[in-house]
Amino acid sequence: MAVQPIRKPTRLEPWQDPGQTPYVRIEKVTKAFGDFVAVDDVSLSIYRGEFFALLGGSGSGKTTLLRMLAGFETPTEGKIFIDGVDMAGIPPYERPVNMMFQSYALFPHMTVEQNVAFGLKQDNVAKTEIRERVGAMLDLVQLGRFAKRKPHQLSGGQRQRVALARSLVKRPKLLLLDEPLGALDKRLREQTQFELVNIQEKLGVTFIVVTHDQEEAMTMSSRIAVMNHGVIAQTGTPTEIYEYPQSRFVAEFIGSVNMFEGRVVEDQSDHVLIRSEDAGCDLYINHAVAVPSGATVGVAVRPEKIALSKEPPAGADGRNVATGIVREIAYLGDVSIYLVELKTGKTVRVTAPNLVRRTEMPITWDDEVYLTWRPFAGVVLAQ
Amino acid sequence: MKRMGFLSWALWFGYAFLYVPIVLLIVYSFNESRLVTVWGGFSTKWYAELLHNDQLLSAAWLSLEVAAMSATVAVVLGTIAGLALARFGRFRGRTLFGGMITAPLVMPDVITGLSLLLLFVALEQLIGWPDGRGVTTITIAHTTFTMAYVAVIIQSRLVSLDESLEEAAMDLGARPAKVFFVITLPIIAPAIVSGWLLAFTLSLDDVVVASFVSGPGSTTLPMVIFSSVKFGISPQINALATLMVTVVSVGIFIASLIINRQERQKQRDEQMAVQGG
Amino acid sequence: MINRLRRIGLWGRGAVLAVPFLWLLLFFLVPFLIVFGISLSESVIAQPPYAPLVQWLVDEDAGTTKLQLLLNLSNYLRLGGDDLYVLAYLNSVKIALITTVFCLLIGYPMAYAIARAEPAKRGPLMMLVVLPFWTSFLIRIYAWIGILKANGVIDNLLRWTGLTTEPFELLYSDWAVYIGMTYCYLPFMVLPLYATLEKMDPTLLEAAADLGCRPWKAFLTVTLPLSLPGIIAGSLLVFIPSVGEFVTPELLGGPDTLMIGRVLWNEFFANRDWPVASAVAIALLLFLVVPIMIFQHVQGREAEAGR
Repeated sequence: MAVQPIRKPTRLEPWQDPGQTPYVRIEKVTKAFGDFVAVDDVSLSIYRGEFFALLGGSGSGKTTLLRMLAGFETPTEGKIFIDGVDMAGIPPYERPVNMMFQSYALFPHMTVEQNVAFGLKQDNVAKTEIRERVGAMLDLVQLGRFAKRKPHQLSGGQRQRVALARSLVKRPKLLLLDEPLGALDKRLREQTQFELVNIQEKLGVTFIVVTHDQEEAMTMSSRIAVMNHGVIAQTGTPTEIYEYPQSRFVAEFIGSVNMFEGRVVEDQSDHVLIRSEDAGCDLYINHAVAVPSGATVGVAVRPEKIALSKEPPAGADGRNVATGIVREIAYLGDVSIYLVELKTGKTVRVTAPNLVRRTEMPITWDDEVYLTWRPFAGVVLAQ
Repeated sequence: MKRMGFLSWALWFGYAFLYVPIVLLIVYSFNESRLVTVWGGFSTKWYAELLHNDQLLSAAWLSLEVAAMSATVAVVLGTIAGLALARFGRFRGRTLFGGMITAPLVMPDVITGLSLLLLFVALEQLIGWPDGRGVTTITIAHTTFTMAYVAVIIQSRLVSLDESLEEAAMDLGARPAKVFFVITLPIIAPAIVSGWLLAFTLSLDDVVVASFVSGPGSTTLPMVIFSSVKFGISPQINALATLMVTVVSVGIFIASLIINRQERQKQRDEQMAVQGG
Repeated sequence: MINRLRRIGLWGRGAVLAVPFLWLLLFFLVPFLIVFGISLSESVIAQPPYAPLVQWLVDEDAGTTKLQLLLNLSNYLRLGGDDLYVLAYLNSVKIALITTVFCLLIGYPMAYAIARAEPAKRGPLMMLVVLPFWTSFLIRIYAWIGILKANGVIDNLLRWTGLTTEPFELLYSDWAVYIGMTYCYLPFMVLPLYATLEKMDPTLLEAAADLGCRPWKAFLTVTLPLSLPGIIAGSLLVFIPSVGEFVTPELLGGPDTLMIGRVLWNEFFANRDWPVASAVAIALLLFLVVPIMIFQHVQGREAEAGR
């Protein structure tokens, strides 16, 4: 996985604190375009100062949800509250919300300065104040010396920063970002991710960002809502989403995962035992599940949580141990990916860090290997 | 590479087909002889005669007046219509509206002319307006069929214009009317200018509709040309044609030079932005 | 409350939209209804020269007035019964079709050549195609008179080369009309063709060649089908106005070059028979409804695709 700066937990996070009132409240919102339901009965609470990501593939309804917050679409059903105010009937130009567009939507006939000043002019802010605030904003995004340029005279990264400055200069309570890094190349994107987080922390503005890129969502956000077919599949911190997916969709959408099918044979308060034809062994998981004994379930195990060895692992009791033959190896530099074909015919993906420099790999094609993982590695997912 | 040979031949044949008649027209306008096709030596006497043809000059003036007025009204109406088609989404009567906008593009002139004349006659009977036919009726008629062209130009410009520009302006606090005047209008200004020029040209070019809806004393230039051409060739018309072709070509040449230079400047800027990025 | 603003927004839009909408209603749609009405009335010698459709009949004895609607189909019956009209319609369609085919034959290679020229050259080359369109239509027709007439450019050329000795006149014939109309409508064919051909990805042809397709076959199986929308749009743009064309057959055609536009003109100006002229117009319109609807459909789809 990529870099995951874990946010320092200084106090109780707002969503865990029952005393906090949410800043943005989306209540049972549905949006239909004709027969097509883009957003289906979505409820969400977002708190002040959050960096909240709406993550999903194309057609998942994430952009429609964002556009309803901005006021470009009206919900077919449900209500949206921002800072306690019902947004129904309030047009985009009267909402305390600004948006950064995917295409940046910079006005081509205006200079950088005029673009950034546009929003303040609409509010009849005094000229001297406009100049001051625009100047400060351009300094913040390090574009002070490009103030007189037109958008077509800027590079992609510079345009992105103008768009950000323009949407922040009005000091909105809430900033909506539609794929803010989508148009940048990979290197620039990584660098900009951290810049965005810094600016957000500095200004204390609540950010809601729409993205299809899971890495981007995990790096930047305090919480993520994973969307699929107009429905929210799961909401949680990046760690929760990755380590404790609540459904097969989330487990498979975020990162890669090995899914074993099995039947619950033992269900205790501190562990479950699942017999899996797929894995060819019993799967032992050290937490209880709320499914009846005998139920068929899936067990998700992340590739990096599986260890490979040529020798049988010491002290193994046959649980969480599978055997197979290495079929493919992909060397990525920092890690290698192994595709192992189990005796049962199932192919399992394993990633292992390349800890030492070696020209000759310890495990190679057609080796017979043991796959092991710890009791906490598996996540049980009901059908 | 044989194919390319055929294609360039076809291209040159096409251009020859388009331009040889015009070139011949210009050459014979400097012909001394009244018999247009027999070369009688170089002369500019037809131009001098043209300048003293009062009927023709007043018709030309009337035509310019009508063209300027109808093009201006057509641009206003056509821009609104194009905006409605491109931006208002589905509204009641959209199909009818879209139909009424595009139909004049292909409607035969004789039908447009006849139907408008009958309307004017009926209106005059009913409410006493328009009182007789003349500049007003020609202008209305020309506005009606040229606004369709303007609407199509504006619509296609707006369809290719990123709608989030207008949304961004609204998001930053501008009301819809302001968004139109401050954002949309400046960006589509070139399309509006070309719409106006097209409407102007079409109006200046029309003989059939004008023949139906004009009245005594309001003869447009194409009507004069038409009647004199019907009686055979006249070297004065050659001279007039040469003048019109020259004016149009020079205008278009200058316009394309300006556009070209802007385009090149823009490309240079973009290149610099990428390199300096 | 919820919809208050929406309603205001819609009201504002409606007010803006109303101006062109009403204009078109009054000056485009209503006139057709009037034409239709008059096509059902009787020709009289009066000012205006048609009998009113609706009349108040005053019954003196009963002291009442009645509204009487007079409709007569005789104008349409005349259209169907008289060979002149039927022939004129058929001939118009024939001439329009031939014109369309000529425009396609000359225009397609031009559009294709321009679309495959270097990008920097395409603009000026297209400009050269459109330029004549900006000069007067009448003058362009007029230019052909000098070329086609006896003792004109072509005649002189033929006699100078010794191919003919007799005076050779193309003017005042159907051929002159084909040439003149093809000349005038050519840009309308090239523009939509160029638009579709230019959008076409050139690597498609490279892919076809790579897969073993010979150039002419690649053209037939790849380029031609992909440019079909342009062919349809261009053909309709030429065909529809050609059917109702008046100026070209009037100036270049012979007295026997029957076209429906000329018939309408003559009924109206020479015979002052407004009801028959109206019936001719309505019949012509019915003739064109199907192609016009196809054109609008194509146009609408293009606009959607551009989105």
